[in-house]
Amino acid sequence: VDQAEATPTLDPTGWVDAHGDYLYRFALARLGSPDAAEEAVQEALMAGLAARRRFEGRATERTWLTAILKRKVADALRAAARRRARTVLGDDRLTDGQFRRSGKWHQPPDGDADPLSVLTGAELRAAVFDCLGRLPPRLREVIVSRYLDDRPAEAVGRALGVTAGNLWVLLHRGRLRLWRCLADGGHTDPGDGP
Amino acid sequence: MITCRRAAELTSRSLDGRLSLAQRALLRLHALTCGGCRRYGDQLRRLHRVLARLVATTAPAGPGLPPAARERLRAAVRRRAGGG
Repeated sequence: VDQAEATPTLDPTGWVDAHGDYLYRFALARLGSPDAAEEAVQEALMAGLAARRRFEGRATERTWLTAILKRKVADALRAAARRRARTVLGDDRLTDGQFRRSGKWHQPPDGDADPLSVLTGAELRAAVFDCLGRLPPRLREVIVSRYLDDRPAEAVGRALGVTAGNLWVLLHRGRLRLWRCLADGGHTDPGDGP
Repeated sequence: MITCRRAAELTSRSLDGRLSLAQRALLRLHALTCGGCRRYGDQLRRLHRVLARLVATTAPAGPGLPPAARERLRAAVRRRAGGG
């Protein structure tokens, strides 16, 4: 695999074997659905084939294909966001359920049970990706766009077609659900509720 | 005095660099008297750093292409590459 990554030539017939797993994981982490991930990878490979004469060898084959895939994933996220653009931001049972009517925590955050200070390395990554994959699609899009694609909040709002005010709410809900899921060791399903 | 619910919202917003002076003051004042929100703030900032670090990593962990998908993709590339 490292050999393939280092070779600045294009061999389309070997793309799926050399880079398929990498590209698929990249897309799956961002889109959350195996079907959508496969579709994005296929579109990226087809676009790569069509454009392969323009490949100049400045990047590795994998970097080049990943850049194409990134655009396909962004298209898929935008399309999904457009389908939901008219959805009014409703209540969120899980977020609201953390607080009493008075606005105080039902169960105040506990310093001893913070998984982020206990887990490390691959274990922590696996836990975060597990909880990320279980977020409701809308919240996952927002969190993924903000972090995995490393965009400032304003750019996330523009890309997903949400107003700044709604974006703060979505980021807050996404983070709170991730935090709750991690704190409970994955026992709280962060996808519960609307 | 703001509630824990509001403090949690402001804590999240602070990670995106969007708090006014007044909001910062309200959040600090609340955290002075609320251990739960102080811990939430610490843990959320840690989560923020962990998520930001994931950016730097290469492909995420997890299973690769399912065998059937691999076959479909191979076939698609062969068709397209062969055809031109």
